[in-house]
Amino acid sequence: MDDEKKPTVWESAQARGVSRRDFIRACTWMTASLGLASSSTAQVVKALETKPRLPVVWFHFQECTCCSESFIRSSHPLVTEIVMDKISLDYTETLQAAAGKQAEEALHRTMRKYKGEYLMLVEGAVPLADDGVYCCIGGRSALDIVQEAGRDAKALIAWGSCASNGCIQAAHPNPTGATPVHKIVTGKPVINVPGCPPIAEVMTGTVVHLLAFDRVPQLDGLGRPKAFYSRRVHDTCYRRPNYDAGLFVNSFDDENARRGYCLYQMGCRGPVTYNACGVMRWNNGVSYPIQSGHGCIGCSEAKFWDNGPFYRHLASFPGFGIETTADKVGAVAAVATAAGIAAHAITTNIRKRKIIKEGIETSEDMGGSAASKGGE
Amino acid sequence: MAKRIVIDPITRIEGHLRLEVEVQGGKVTDAYSSGTMVRGFEIILKGRDPRDAWAFCERACGVCTTVHALASVRTVEDALDIVVPPNAELIRNLMFCAQYMQDHVVHFYHLHALDWVDVVSALKADPAKTSEIARSISRWPKSSPNYFADVQKRLASFVQSGQLGIFANAYWGHPAFKLPPEVNLLGTAHYLEALEWQKEMVKVHTIFGGKNPHPNYLVGGVPCPINIDDSNALNSERLSYVKSILDEGKTFVEQVYIPDLMAIASFYKDWGAVGGGLSNYLAYGDLPMNGIRDPGKFKFPRGVILDRDLSKVHEVDGKNPQQIQEFIAHSWYEYAGGDAAGKHPWDGETKFNFTGPKPPYDQLSVEGKYSWLKTPRWNGKPMEVGPLARLLVAYAGGREDVKEVVDGALKKLNVPVTALFSTLGRTAARGLETLLIARWAQEFYASLIANIKNGDSRTHNGEKWDPAAWPREARGVGLSEAPRGALAHWIVIKDGKIDNYQLVVPSTWNASPRDGAGQRSSYEAALLGTPVADPEQPLEILRTIHSFDPCIACAVHVYDEKGRSVARFTTF
Repeated sequence: MDDEKKPTVWESAQARGVSRRDFIRACTWMTASLGLASSSTAQVVKALETKPRLPVVWFHFQECTCCSESFIRSSHPLVTEIVMDKISLDYTETLQAAAGKQAEEALHRTMRKYKGEYLMLVEGAVPLADDGVYCCIGGRSALDIVQEAGRDAKALIAWGSCASNGCIQAAHPNPTGATPVHKIVTGKPVINVPGCPPIAEVMTGTVVHLLAFDRVPQLDGLGRPKAFYSRRVHDTCYRRPNYDAGLFVNSFDDENARRGYCLYQMGCRGPVTYNACGVMRWNNGVSYPIQSGHGCIGCSEAKFWDNGPFYRHLASFPGFGIETTADKVGAVAAVATAAGIAAHAITTNIRKRKIIKEGIETSEDMGGSAASKGGE
Repeated sequence: MAKRIVIDPITRIEGHLRLEVEVQGGKVTDAYSSGTMVRGFEIILKGRDPRDAWAFCERACGVCTTVHALASVRTVEDALDIVVPPNAELIRNLMFCAQYMQDHVVHFYHLHALDWVDVVSALKADPAKTSEIARSISRWPKSSPNYFADVQKRLASFVQSGQLGIFANAYWGHPAFKLPPEVNLLGTAHYLEALEWQKEMVKVHTIFGGKNPHPNYLVGGVPCPINIDDSNALNSERLSYVKSILDEGKTFVEQVYIPDLMAIASFYKDWGAVGGGLSNYLAYGDLPMNGIRDPGKFKFPRGVILDRDLSKVHEVDGKNPQQIQEFIAHSWYEYAGGDAAGKHPWDGETKFNFTGPKPPYDQLSVEGKYSWLKTPRWNGKPMEVGPLARLLVAYAGGREDVKEVVDGALKKLNVPVTALFSTLGRTAARGLETLLIARWAQEFYASLIANIKNGDSRTHNGEKWDPAAWPREARGVGLSEAPRGALAHWIVIKDGKIDNYQLVVPSTWNASPRDGAGQRSSYEAALLGTPVADPEQPLEILRTIHSFDPCIACAVHVYDEKGRSVARFTTF
């Protein structure tokens, strides 16, 4: 079994009856979902025609499994395609049929056979305090496991905020010494895909990027793929015109909430959060937190749990002006588009505000949706 | 001499669970269940804004996402005496229903089915016969011979690739597998279908809560406003979207999950006499129809059943300091007053006392402390919680809709009611309650629409949003039912901040180590007598353990900034 040639992604797609046309269409989808120009489709096609299924091992440490759950929500590609046709998921505590000794054997077989070739996915933080007794698997500490598997991995992906920045267990006072993976494994590419959890298609998109282009995606200063983390939620938010116009929700379920005004005063962390929620939205584009009436809690940013309370708006933190906050807290330099909330709204956007408000007021008979678009 | 088997990691669960099992004469003679990961939630919660607690607690588990958020907002609302608007209660119920439908289906197909379905055997199936079987048990349209032939072909190319991925090195061909190849193919096809389906079900959360996993909740109601005349709130499009998902979900449960469950169960009826374990069952109840303060009008009633006596349901009170207590005789903690005492969560204390071996280790010293989980008891008695407990409490309470579904299944399988007290009974109960929930969701949806039609579009009660409106000190408890069983949070608020926050979660009831009196909790009790054909291939043990749907990440404990434990917080 070990010596057999691995079929390529195209070969395994063929074997399950996928037509050439459907295959190309899938590649086009994939190209689009990766945010690439359509001229790159040929490259994706070629990559998937010639690549064998990538051996992948997926570890769980201090986490809640929301990342695995998010991963299986992927719409393009579907998780069945990923697991059956694109990668060989040789170790995963969540889905693997084998348990205990048999699971560990499967892991070590892959680590031996594909030394230096396998992709290592980590979900969860690694507790370093007290000899690592706070997370043990098979009688071994998480630290021990990460170091061993990391040594011979081709690259690592740190899933979610736990593995990327420590997340909730690293929140003050970080009692177990929870540590992100990039601080433990060095000398290897570590791609941070933060979020609690990350958006499904951001996760699968990151894997597909590796498969299709055989290279690590461009990363920002915090190791995050630029394809998904280069924009603030605030700058891609469909409610941004309300912010610009100084139209805010003042309490949950008030008239302004029912009109979909900006949630900044309710504590929205969109201005300090780099993520694709405003662009891709969640669960195949259905919605995202702001669209469903709750501010962004900033779950993809390091230390977001300590950047609270969640319902206190940013300007009420001493010394924090909204736009300067964005630049300070986010590591990627943000383009400051406005000076300050009040000045900006009053001086620059008084006209826009008028259009939005009057539009709504004059169109109530016919329903408000056309009116709110009038502001854009 | 008994042989000690160690299974670590237990896979196809949430979290980190280790089992050490004694086997003699082909049967389990003793078992020890250990949670091997801790995070430190409760110290992190101390001093924070109670209105933020739901977001922290929700991260206790991403598989049963939503459930800790719901328990948390209820706890804070109980402490602050906040009543949420009816629409908020209905939306919470709809999110609850969507969670159960998605979670139970994923458990059945992706976490549990591979204990019963031999995927490799499916390669030998005749797809035409599989089609015949599929059509005989369900009207689900994807049932043609070609469909099953395609699935088989896909599976064959996967196996032939030599890269077996998630199916590698498993127990294929084990003598405990009893399904004919054709049913194995059916199960494998629906494994793949369910994996694609589940992502649709959770869109109910995305619409109401903005994302899944971990949608948003809100103390005082729900964050999503209703405005049927605006595009930025719940309007006819958003609500119709919810309805479509609920309808399609119900169809999947009725036409795929339940027929598969019954078909597979019919080959494993002997498992109706294995894995019974404890005789006591606890349910807090949930799905309020008249607000959280009227448990008599919950879809899932509240109560305790003792000694499998279905003629009496005992009352449960989360605030009674004598009823629910946690013990630590075999948990890595110590109590100031001695390890024998039990502590009600409001008065609990936690002091870390790790006595386990330094990793790497081969075996735990089970005579002493051996788990990060504490051991909860109700009036000193161990309790099983979960779908079976919920259905038994409802059944014993004479709920007609529950009785109808349960009796119908028993009749169809031609097994007595005592078969419920088993591994199979637990797995069946999970499916049957999913069917009930899929139907109840339709009622909740209709009520929501009726409310809106009658002019009520409130989704939030903001009267006590401002901490200035809170008493200086307040205590609350939030009782709920997670997919895996009875879930409760306790809070103490002082000066607008969290002074103490504690959670006792379903898997703590079920997966905990034994207590000081030697009474086993659910997992350890249920494993006794489980047959083990080959100790090297512990398939049967996985069946019984997976029938509980383990979810261990909630096992979170408390230390202060110097790494010492903090005495005043208890854990799950």
